[in-house]
Amino acid sequence: MTEWLFASAIGVFTACGLWLVLRARTFDVVLGLALFSYAVNLFIFAMGRLTFAAPAIVQPGTQATLANYADPLPQALVLTAIVISFAMTALVLTLALKGRFVNRGDACDGDEEKRFEDVPR
Amino acid sequence: MTPAPEHWLVVPIVLPLFAAVLLLLLERIRPAWQAPISLVVTLAVAVLAFRLAAIADTDRIGVYLLGNWRAPFGIVLVLDRLAALMLALTGVIAVASLAASWRLAGRGPHFHAFFQMQLAGLNGAFLTGDIFNLFVFFEVLLIASYALLLHQAGGRALRAGMHYVVINLIGASLFLIAASLLYGVTGSLNFADLAGRLPALPEWDAGLARGAALLLLVVFGVKAALLPLGFWLPETYGAAPAPVAALFAIMTKVGIYAIIRVTFTVFGGDDWMTEWGHPALYVLGLLTIVFGAMGALATKRLVPLIAYLVLISSGMLIAAAMLGVAALGGALYYLVHTTLAVAGMFLVVHAIADQRGPRADRFGNGPPLVQPTLLGVLFLIGAVAAAGLPPLSGFIGKVLMLQGSGQAPSVAWFWAAVLGSGLLATFALARAGSSVFWKTHGMATGVPMALGNRAGVALLAVAGTLLFVFAGDAARYSLASAQQLAQPRLYAGAVMSQTPVSPPGRTSP
Amino acid sequence: MLLYCLVLLPYAAAVGCALLPDTARNATAWLAGLTALVACALLGVAAPAVFGGEILRASVPWFADVSFGFRMDGLAWAFALVICGIGALVVLYARYYLSAEDPPARFFALLLAFMGAMLGVVLADNLILLVVFWELTSLTSFLLIGFWTHRADARAGARMALTVTGMGGLCLLGGVILLGRIVGSYSLDAVLAAGEVVRADPLYPVVMVLILMGAFTKSAQFPFHFWLPHAMAAPTPVSAYLHSATMVKAGVFLLARLYPTLGGSELWFYLVSGTGLVTMTFGAAVAIFQQDLKGLLAYSTISHLGLITFLFGLDSRLAVVAGLFHILNHAVFKASLFMAAGIIDHETGSRDMRQLNGLWQFMPITGTLAMVAAGAMAGVPLLNGFLSKEMFFSETLDLDAHRWIEMVVPVVATVAAAMAVTYSVRFIHDVFWNGQPVGLDRTPHEPPRWLRVPVEILVVLCLAVGIFPKWTIAPVLAAMVNGTLGMRPEYSLALWHGFNTPFLMSLVALGAGAAFYVGLQRYINLHSVTRLPVSGKHAFDAVMGALETFARKGVAAMPSTSLPRHLAWIVVTAFAAMAWPLWQFGFGDAPSARFSANAPPPMTGGLLWLLAVSAALAATYNYRRRMMALVLLGAAGLAVSLTFVLLSAPDLALTQLLVEVATIALMMIVLHYLPQASPVEPGVRKWRDAALAGAAGVGMTAVAHAVLTRPFASISPFYLAKALPEGGGTNVVNVILVDFRGFDTLGEVTVLGASGLLVFALLAGFEVHRDHREVDMSGDWNPLILRTVTRVVLPLAALVAVFLFLRGHNLPGGGFIAGLVFACAILVLRIGGGGRPILDPARLPYQPWIAGGLLIAALSGAGAMLLGYPFLTSASLHPVLPVVGEVPIASAAFFDLGVFLVVVAATMLSTMSPGLLPEIVDPEPVS
Repeated sequence: MTEWLFASAIGVFTACGLWLVLRARTFDVVLGLALFSYAVNLFIFAMGRLTFAAPAIVQPGTQATLANYADPLPQALVLTAIVISFAMTALVLTLALKGRFVNRGDACDGDEEKRFEDVPR
Repeated sequence: MTPAPEHWLVVPIVLPLFAAVLLLLLERIRPAWQAPISLVVTLAVAVLAFRLAAIADTDRIGVYLLGNWRAPFGIVLVLDRLAALMLALTGVIAVASLAASWRLAGRGPHFHAFFQMQLAGLNGAFLTGDIFNLFVFFEVLLIASYALLLHQAGGRALRAGMHYVVINLIGASLFLIAASLLYGVTGSLNFADLAGRLPALPEWDAGLARGAALLLLVVFGVKAALLPLGFWLPETYGAAPAPVAALFAIMTKVGIYAIIRVTFTVFGGDDWMTEWGHPALYVLGLLTIVFGAMGALATKRLVPLIAYLVLISSGMLIAAAMLGVAALGGALYYLVHTTLAVAGMFLVVHAIADQRGPRADRFGNGPPLVQPTLLGVLFLIGAVAAAGLPPLSGFIGKVLMLQGSGQAPSVAWFWAAVLGSGLLATFALARAGSSVFWKTHGMATGVPMALGNRAGVALLAVAGTLLFVFAGDAARYSLASAQQLAQPRLYAGAVMSQTPVSPPGRTSP
Repeated sequence: MLLYCLVLLPYAAAVGCALLPDTARNATAWLAGLTALVACALLGVAAPAVFGGEILRASVPWFADVSFGFRMDGLAWAFALVICGIGALVVLYARYYLSAEDPPARFFALLLAFMGAMLGVVLADNLILLVVFWELTSLTSFLLIGFWTHRADARAGARMALTVTGMGGLCLLGGVILLGRIVGSYSLDAVLAAGEVVRADPLYPVVMVLILMGAFTKSAQFPFHFWLPHAMAAPTPVSAYLHSATMVKAGVFLLARLYPTLGGSELWFYLVSGTGLVTMTFGAAVAIFQQDLKGLLAYSTISHLGLITFLFGLDSRLAVVAGLFHILNHAVFKASLFMAAGIIDHETGSRDMRQLNGLWQFMPITGTLAMVAAGAMAGVPLLNGFLSKEMFFSETLDLDAHRWIEMVVPVVATVAAAMAVTYSVRFIHDVFWNGQPVGLDRTPHEPPRWLRVPVEILVVLCLAVGIFPKWTIAPVLAAMVNGTLGMRPEYSLALWHGFNTPFLMSLVALGAGAAFYVGLQRYINLHSVTRLPVSGKHAFDAVMGALETFARKGVAAMPSTSLPRHLAWIVVTAFAAMAWPLWQFGFGDAPSARFSANAPPPMTGGLLWLLAVSAALAATYNYRRRMMALVLLGAAGLAVSLTFVLLSAPDLALTQLLVEVATIALMMIVLHYLPQASPVEPGVRKWRDAALAGAAGVGMTAVAHAVLTRPFASISPFYLAKALPEGGGTNVVNVILVDFRGFDTLGEVTVLGASGLLVFALLAGFEVHRDHREVDMSGDWNPLILRTVTRVVLPLAALVAVFLFLRGHNLPGGGFIAGLVFACAILVLRIGGGGRPILDPARLPYQPWIAGGLLIAALSGAGAMLLGYPFLTSASLHPVLPVVGEVPIASAAFFDLGVFLVVVAATMLSTMSPGLLPEIVDPEPVS
C-alpha cells in the first residue's frame, strides 16, 4: 500500500512537472523543472526502499543491516541532487529574468512570441 | 604491504580546481596574473595527461581510491587507455582554446576560473569510475560551460544558452533516474562492481537494469548530440565565442566517451546489449550522419556549417564504435582527429567572420578579407581535415574505420554514410570557401587575426600533423584502447583488487 | 631515395614559390621550371634500370598495413616523364601567358603541388597512398580551375569538377579498401599478383564498379564527362597540363595499372569498352558543334579518353599496347593544341570560332603548328596520332564477342574517327580561313617568341614519333608495356603495314570526315549552332539544387530552435528507451520484499499523499496564474519534505525544506519582474503534451513500485558498519557526504559556488527597465510584524546554524543544512524588506567567501596526500599526524566548514543578485 502511494506520488509529480516543462514560457518551464526535481528526488530515495522510524544514525548495539536502518546512500545522493538542482534552478531563473528584458518577453522561442502576446495586467 | 597511492591520477582534477580557487581569490588583487596562471596550470595538466597516456600504454590500469576507501564503497578514479586518450586530447584542446582566448575582447568575469572548472570537470568525467560521480562531474563541466557560453550573451545567443541549460537540466534529471535505478536494482554505483553484478542479476531484474542502461545512453546521447536528441547543437555552438566553441569541440566527445564507457566497460558482459543495444545505437548514429550532412548542405553560414560537421562526426563515431573492436579502434583515432579539426575550424571561421564586417560568417558577396592568404590556407587545411579528405589524418581515421567495419551486410550503410557524408561535406565546404574567399567586393575593413588565435590554430595544426605523421603509433594506441575496452574484466579486476593504503588512518573519536 | 626526391621535390619547390613575392615573376617561373627539369633528369637517371625491366622501390611503414612508399616500373616511369616533361613546357608557356595581374606565386605553387600529387599517383606503391594523391590532384585542380576567382564560371566550374571527381575519389577509396580486404594487402605487388583471387571473389563486381567510378569520373567518361568542358574556365596552361595531358589521364592510368587484377572478365569488357565506345563517339560528335576553341578541344579530349578506355576494355594485350601508345601521343598533340588555342586567345582576345576567322594572314607560324597538331589529332599519316589510330583500328577488327558486336564496333570506330577528322578540320579551317575575323577588339599577330617555343617542341615530337617511331618512342613504350603487363607481346611500330583493312579505315575516316565538314558548313552553318540539347551541367545543377532544397526542408522540420519540441523529442526517446526492455522482459516475478516495517497508521501516509498530489495537480492546473502556482508548488515541496520525515530521512527533510524556502523566495523575486500570467495556449498542444507527460508519469510509477517491492543486495551495510569506527560519525548520511563520497560533495559545492558566481556575473550591471503598466509589488510586502520578527531572525539563525553544523557528523545537520539555515534567515530578512544595505552582494565580498570555502574543502582533502594517503582521506585523531596534532577533530570537519561557507555565499549570491536589481521605471511602454 505505502509503496503504491509513494510510487503514484512520484508518477503525478513527473507528469505534472514534464507537462509544465513542455510549456512555451520560461517561468512555467522553471515551475515544471522544480516539480520534476521533486519526482526525481523521491525516485532516487525510493531506490533505497522505504523504511519507517529508523534513520541511518547508528545506535550502538543495533546490527548494521538495512533491516534496522534506512539506506543512507540514496539519501546522500538525494542531498547532492537537491543542492545541484537548486543551483541550476537559480541559473535558469536568472536567464529567464534577463531574457524577459533582452528579448522582450518570456517566451522560450523566438517564434513563440508571435504566437502568443504577453498578457497585460 | 600495499603500494603508495598514485596521486598523479587525481592531479588532473584537483590542480585545475585549486587553480580556479586561486584565480578567484586573486581576481581583484592581481588581475594581470589571471591569464598566466591559467595558462601555466593548463599546460601542466596537458603535459601530465601525456605522461599518464604513456603509463596507460603499458597495459597497466591505474586505480586511485579516493578517501582511501576500497571499491565499490568509495569513489575510484580509473586510468585506462581510453581515459588517458581523452585526458591528453582535452589537454591539447584546452591549451589551444586558452591561447585563442588571449586578449579576447568581452571575456566574461571569472573567465579563467570557469575555464579551470571546466577543465576539472572534463578530466573528472574521464577519470571517474563511479556512475554518480560521473553525474557530478557532468554538472561541474556544464555549469562551467554555461558560464563560458553565456557571458554577455544577448538576444539569440541568450535564448540558445537558455535552451542549452534547460535541455541539460532535463538530461541531468534523467541521468539521476537512470543511475539511481541502476543502484536500486544492483545495489552499487561503481562501474567495475556493476559490471560484475549485472550478469549475476536474477532474471526478473533484467528488464529494469537494461532500461536503466538505455536511459543512460539517452542522457549521453543528448551530450553527444545523437539524433533525435542533438538538435540543440548548431544553435548553441553558433552562440559561443571562438575559443569557447573550440573548447566545446570536446564537449560532444564527453557524451561519446560516456556511451562507449557504459556500453563496453559496464554492460560489456550483457549479450542483450550487444544484440539489441549496439544495433540501435548504430542506427541512431547513421541517422545523425544523415541529419548532419543535410544541415551542412542547407546552412548558409560558416559557424553552423562547422557545427553540423560536428554532428556528422558524432554519428560516425557512435556508428563505428558499434561495429566491432577494429572499427572502434578506428573510431577512437578519428575522434582525436575530428576534435582537433573542428576546434581549429571554429577558431578559423570566427577569425574570418571578424574580417567580414556586418556580413560576418554569412556566405556570399562580402568585403574581401584582410588576410586572405593566411585565412585561405588555414580554411583550406581545416576544411580538408574537417571533411576527412586525404591527405590529412581524417582520411586515415576513415580508412581505419572502414577497414575495421565487419563483413555484415548492414555495414554497407555505414560505408555509404561515411563516403556520402564526406562528399557532401566537401561540396558544402567548397561552396562556403569559394563564396567567402573568392566572391568578394569592396574594401577590406576588418581586424587581423589576433596573435593568440593564431597560436591556438597553430598548436592544433601541429597536433594534427603529428597525428598524421605518427599515424602508425596513434592507430596502434587507439586499437589497443579498443581491445582493452573489449575486455571489461581487465578493468573490473584492476578496480576491485585495489587495496587501500594500510593502516587506515582512522580511529573513532 | 630517388623516388622520394622525385615526389617531394615539387612540394618543396611549391612552398618556395608560395613564399616568393608576386613581383618576382621570373624567379618564380625559373624555380618551377627548374624543378620540372630536375625531375626529368632524375627520371633519366632511373631510366636504364627501368628499361632493363627492373622495378625501383622505396618505402617506410606508415599506419596499420599501409606503407608510405613508392614504386617505379615502366608504366610509372613513362607517366612521370609525361608529367615532368610537359610540366616543364607548361611552366615556360605560363610564364608568358599569365598577365601582370595574375599572382605568379599562387599559380606556380599550385601547379607544382599538382605535379607532386600527379607523380604521387603514378608512383605510389600501395593503393591507399594512391588514393591520397588522387584526391590531392582533385583539390589542386579545384584551386587551379578557380584561379581567376573573380569569374563566376570559374568558381562554378571548379566546384563542379571537385564534386564529380571527389565523388569518384570516394568511390575509389571504397573500392580500394574492399580490394585490400580481398587481397589482404594494399601493396601493388600483392594486388597485381592476386588477379585470380580477386576475380573469384563474390565482391569482385562491387570492387570493380567502385574503382571504375573513380577512373571514369577522373577521365571524364560518359556520363561523368560534363565537368571537363566547364573546367575550361581555367587559365589555358592549366587546361593544357591538367585537362589534356596529365590529370584526366589518371583515370586511364588506373585502368592500365589495375588491368592485371581487375581485367579479364566479361563484366570488365562490357563496362569498360562499352563506356569507352559511347564516350568516344559522343565526345567526337559534340566536339564538332562547339563554338569555343577550348570547348572543342575539351570534347575531343573526352572522345580520345573514351578511345583509350575502350582499348583497355578490350581485354587483349595488343589493345593495351595501343591504349598506352595513344596515351602518350594524345598527351603530346593535345597539349600543343591547347597551347595553340591559348596563343590565339592571348593574341586575339577571343576563343569564339564565330569571331575567329581567317587568322592565317596574321599568324601563319602558329597556324602551321596548329595544323600539324590537328593532323595528329585527326590521325593523318606520318604523325604520331596515326600510328596509335592504326593499332586501334586493327584491334577493333579482331574482337571475339557476339557476332553483331564484331560487326558494329569497327563501323562505330570508323564513324568516330571520321568525326574526329571533322572537328580537326573545323579547328583549322574555321579559325585560319573561312572569311575574315568578326568583331575582334585588336588586330591579331604572332605571339612572343617564348610563348610559341613549347608548341614547336611538342609539334616536332609529333612528327618525330610519327615518322621514326622505332628510334623515338619504341623503348619508352616497351618499358611501359612491360610494366603494365609484366611481359612483352609481339607488336610492330612500323609506319607501313601494307594496304590492309586498318589503313583502309583510316582513309575512309579521313575522307568521310573532311566531306562531312564541307557538308555541314554548306547545309547547316556551324556558327548557327548556339547550344546543344543535352547538357550535363543542367543535370548536375538540378540534382544539387534538389538535394539542397530537400536538406533545407528537412532541417527546417527539425526542432532546432524550439525548446518545447526539442524537449518533447527527448522525453519520447527516454520513455521509449525505458519501455523497450521492460516490454521485452517485463518487470519479472520478483519475490515480494517490503521494507516498510513498523509502518505508522496509513492515515498519515494517505494524507501526505493527498497533500502532495493535490498540490502538484493544482499547481499544474493553475499554471497560468503564476503566483498561485508558485504557492502550490511550495505546498508540494512541503509535502515532499514531510514525506522524508516520515520515511526516516531527517537530513533530507531539513535540506529539502530549506532549499524549498530558498527556491520559492528566489522564484518570487524573479516573478516580480516577469509577466504575472501565462498566455492561453491552443488546446491540441496541451493535450498532446498531457498524453506524453501522463505516459511518463505512469512509467515512473510502475518502475518505482517495481523496485520498491523487490529485494536487493546493496553496498550500504558497509557504510552503516564503518561510519562510526572508521568515519568517526554516527550520522551515516553525513559521513557519506563528507567522507565515503566526499568527492561528490566537493564537485557539488563547486557547482553551487560556480552558479552563485555566474548568476551574480550575469546580472552585474544589469538594469531593469520596467513597463510603467506593471505594478511594483515589493511595496506591500513587508508588514510591520514581519519587519520586527526579522530583527531577531538573523542572530537566532546564526546560533541554530552553528549548532546544526557542530552536531552534523553525529545527528541530522552538517555543513549544508547549517549553511542553508543561515542563508534562508537572511532571505527572510530580505523578503521582510530589511537588510538591503548589509546584503548587497556588490558590497559584501561573497566571491572570496566561495573561493575560501572551496579552498578549505579542497585543502582538507589534499592534506592527506602529504601524509601518503589518497586525496580526501579523512583523518581524525591519529598519533602519527604531525599536522593535525592533538586537536581532536576530524579533517572531515574542515571539509564541512568549507561546504558551509560555499553554501551560504552561493545561496546569497544567487538569490540576492536578482533581488537587488536597480530598477528604472520607463514612462513609456517598452517596445
